Amino acid sequence: MSTRHDVKRYPGLGLISAVFFVYLYAPLVVVVIYSFNANRITGVWTEFSVKWYGSALNNKALMQALETSLTVAAVATVVATTIALLAALVIIRGKHVRFRRLSETVVNLPLLLPEIVLAVATLILFSQIGLQNGLLKLIIAHSAFCTPFAFLPIRARLQGMSLDFEEAASDLYAPRWTVFRRVTLPLIFPGLFSGAMLAFLISMDDFITSNMLASGGSTTLPVYIFSLIRAGTSPELNAIATMLIVASLGLATVALSVAARGTQEDL
Amino acid sequence: MPAAAVTGSRRRHSLGLAYLGLLPSWLLMSFALLIPILIVAGVSVSTRGAYGGFEWSFDLSGYRQILFNEGWTGEMEFTPQYLIIILRTLILAAVTTLLCMMLALPVAYYIAQQPTHRKALLVYLVTLPFWMSMILRIYAWMIILGRDGPVPRFLEFFGAPSGLSLMYNDGATLAAMVYTYIPLMVLPVFASIEKLDGTLIEAAHDLYGNRWVALRRVILPLTAPGIISGAILVFVPALGAVLEPILMGGGKQMMMGSLIQLQFGVAATGPSGRPSR
Repeated sequence: MSTRHDVKRYPGLGLISAVFFVYLYAPLVVVVIYSFNANRITGVWTEFSVKWYGSALNNKALMQALETSLTVAAVATVVATTIALLAALVIIRGKHVRFRRLSETVVNLPLLLPEIVLAVATLILFSQIGLQNGLLKLIIAHSAFCTPFAFLPIRARLQGMSLDFEEAASDLYAPRWTVFRRVTLPLIFPGLFSGAMLAFLISMDDFITSNMLASGGSTTLPVYIFSLIRAGTSPELNAIATMLIVASLGLATVALSVAARGTQEDL
Repeated sequence: MPAAAVTGSRRRHSLGLAYLGLLPSWLLMSFALLIPILIVAGVSVSTRGAYGGFEWSFDLSGYRQILFNEGWTGEMEFTPQYLIIILRTLILAAVTTLLCMMLALPVAYYIAQQPTHRKALLVYLVTLPFWMSMILRIYAWMIILGRDGPVPRFLEFFGAPSGLSLMYNDGATLAAMVYTYIPLMVLPVFASIEKLDGTLIEAAHDLYGNRWVALRRVILPLTAPGIISGAILVFVPALGAVLEPILMGGGKQMMMGSLIQLQFGVAATGPSGRPSR
């Protein structure tokens, strides 16, 4: 019979959780290990080697795809974060704003629809108006679907923040722009930062839209990786994957720690 | 921009300027989403043109094609392919959601019981893979299940036939689906379990309820909102999954997402691609 002390404990949970974390990390660990395999055949281990990293870094198509992805993600992040910030300021702080709910829904629209539908829709519009520039197409589409990811943390931050600081600054005769730059902006920075990080990652990770809109010279990293996978697994791909896994680990850690500091500040 | 910035201050009265802050988002969303969606809705009821395009005349054949095939003499023949794909997609998404639920509940409960620091670390560990590229997470599964991968090798060691293929089937698709979406389930479930009042479980026990009664009658009902929001967060993207069915399932079992992807990416067939959503 269960004793009074551990009624809230259920046997086996620790074991299930351990299995869960193994399930979560084992595949990634395996890719990292295989990336150091000298053998051309991924699954057959011969000896330790870093040669696939060298061949990955010398792969022109890969570097081209990385450049495209970084360009699109950087521009889309700036556009999406700016638009999200402006919208959040009006939607949360504005007085007597008409169509507030509607505007918020419009900003969050990309979250409410399956991405594949949006991608098809955008593709049709772009081909109708004859927009040819691959990079521009990607930037417009990415900016749109990244906006809600930037918007949500900024909105959360603005909602959790009291008006006292801004009012105090205004009372001390600070002009509006100064209030914004010296008070509001630093206070919402953690939200702004994690929003921008999210937007960047979502853009870097996107496959569906990029694959749909991709035209010559605008292949993004996930689309390129997809084509490599279709061509068959290769040790070079493992090296690419490992480098990206390490990069996202770093990025995630920075983003999560800034967000955590933001919540600890207690406004 | 500055006008919107200080709408919080009591001094601002210039209405209208505030809308400048909303203008960019409306412009972007109109151009990239609203107008395209309206066009899609329009195209879905238009006629297919002679050269792969479409003509602007009202026609429901796009929708009819989902269920029927038009024969040479114009008779309609019921073709369930699309219906099967839709059904298969729904089942796959539902099973994914159910598996995520069954795995997330004990894990979230376990994490919620840990001391504060350990809790933060475990939540971080749950979130971490989610920051990694989706395609790489799926690729990792192709490696471990694929030919010469560690899982088939492991099974061979325990007497499974050699050359065992674990890839390109529904099970492989499912493994990767659960893998990619599970953090979306664990986090909301964890949040609602953490808010759970422990004294209620003790009360259930005091009233001679055992653990399973407490689980069924106290814990599950009280964490239902978290479980439901987790289910929505998993189910919706699972419906539109493209990469898992193509890469893990080998593209043999068509799903709605991969179907749309193929129709527009390769075949460019026109009207019937749209209403299938």
